Amino acid sequence: MSAESPEPASAEEQKEMEDKVISPEKVEEAKLKARYPHLGQKPGGSDFLRKRLQKGQKYFDSGDYNMAKAKMKNKQLPTAAPDKTEVTGDHIPTPQDLPQRKPSLVASKLAG
Amino acid sequence: MAGVAGGGGGGCSSSSSNDFQWCFSQVKGAIDEDVAEADIISTVEFNYSGDLLATGDKGGRVVIFQREQENKSRPHSRGEYNVYSTFQSHEPEFDYLKSLEIEEKINKIRWLPQQNAAHFLLSTNDKTIKLWKISERDKRAEGYNLKDEDGRLRDPFRITALRVPILKPMDLMVEASPRRIFANAHTYHINSISVNSDHETYLSADDLRINLWHLEITDRSFNIVDIKPANMEELTEVITAAEFHPHHCNVFVYSSSKGTIRLCDMRSSALCDRHSKFFEEPEDPSSRSFFSEIISSISDVKFSHSGRYMMTRDYLSVKVWDLNMENRPVETYQVHEYLRSKLCSLYENDCIFDKFECCWNGSDSAIMTGSYNNFFRMFDRNTRRDITLEASRESSKPRAILKPRKVCTGGKRKKDEISVDSLDFNKKILHTAWHPMENIIAVAATNNLYIFQDKIN
Repeated sequence: MSAESPEPASAEEQKEMEDKVISPEKVEEAKLKARYPHLGQKPGGSDFLRKRLQKGQKYFDSGDYNMAKAKMKNKQLPTAAPDKTEVTGDHIPTPQDLPQRKPSLVASKLAG
Repeated sequence: MAGVAGGGGGGCSSSSSNDFQWCFSQVKGAIDEDVAEADIISTVEFNYSGDLLATGDKGGRVVIFQREQENKSRPHSRGEYNVYSTFQSHEPEFDYLKSLEIEEKINKIRWLPQQNAAHFLLSTNDKTIKLWKISERDKRAEGYNLKDEDGRLRDPFRITALRVPILKPMDLMVEASPRRIFANAHTYHINSISVNSDHETYLSADDLRINLWHLEITDRSFNIVDIKPANMEELTEVITAAEFHPHHCNVFVYSSSKGTIRLCDMRSSALCDRHSKFFEEPEDPSSRSFFSEIISSISDVKFSHSGRYMMTRDYLSVKVWDLNMENRPVETYQVHEYLRSKLCSLYENDCIFDKFECCWNGSDSAIMTGSYNNFFRMFDRNTRRDITLEASRESSKPRAILKPRKVCTGGKRKKDEISVDSLDFNKKILHTAWHPMENIIAVAATNNLYIFQDKIN
């Protein structure tokens, strides 16, 4: 593949070129690294796993909520952004902010 | 025995998967475009006889279909699956102590072997396993002394005579009741349950631990595998699936996110942290990429009915392993290799984390797994032929033969082929099931359940 090149390519360059020709996966990896240069050094490691283990985590602190309620008796509580995925950070989480999980009262359409 | 592709040695005439033709039989579920999240089917499972087919969905509901008996007056309905029972198995919960939202989605359903007139199944969400009893009632007692026919209590002073209630026939009613609730044993999310061949115990596996339960005892379970590291920063792999051996009640396997399978023997020690066998295919280090570990993560592991083999599904392939050979699989089947050059976008849209399941046919001669665009794939282990079929409303005419589909990867797209870029990655077939004895398959396509049968059937 690199036999035609006028200058002797370094072993590393040669391997890279071979990789690009042989492995579509490495091409895809290069694309990803180009878009997200800060992507974790450890491939597929702890980041994914930790995210997986934390699935379902919602943050609501009843202490914060009640303190805020006491302080701001007549004022409006700052409400959350419409983004329902994470309720944490700058504002006081309220029960209304947590997405309501109601059980399905409707029968499955498979049974219809 | 039903015409399952046998092929194989001994000079008998080889039949191939071309010998059976898959035909549309039924489709269940709504047709409308807007799919409610609760209606997405999350598990499909035939019972041991194949007469019952259970589905679970994201809304925590279970629907059980029953196969119709042969009926001369309605010959076409033979073999049709119709609704037998439906119930709400799990409901959404909020763990206030941990600030954890617990989904009602049914992750797995596993049937118990039938021991009496009633049917039992285990259904599980992320945290709680439930044993459900499904029983039929076709008689009703009439002539109670203390209450009226409509249930109102009678005035005791008005009762002047005693009578014995009599049983009268009534319209068949199928009732589902939760008999056991196995809760509070899993810190992490349950991904598998597996009934043991001893019919007394079963295992449940979450990301880091596997527990052994007795079906009669709900307040205790034994931890048999614990891979949680002392320091969570050192976490490198999680448990992705687990299953008991079909015949040896002391043996089970569990797969990991690193593409390995461990076989454990409960006779050797109480805590099976040390495996008896370790299955891993050697990897060429030079071909390693950012995606290697993610796509090697095993999403499903299933023993063959014979107990001699097991099958694993990773993102791009299905592998068959001989339990006697740990260093590499005996067979590897590419499901959708053309996706290897799309891994970057599949990572960005999270599809690379999709968990596909796989299944064996009754005689272990064929395997099936799902893909995208509502395609599913079948591999005949003897002839090495494979076929791609589609679950779609377009090919849903009664007894219509399914046409093989083909994905074109190169430049020139032939007629009837579909190019990789036109695939719909939202139409994923993650759950499929094969009847334990006959050539009947159930394919879950998002919110629809398709049932296909072999034409010869």
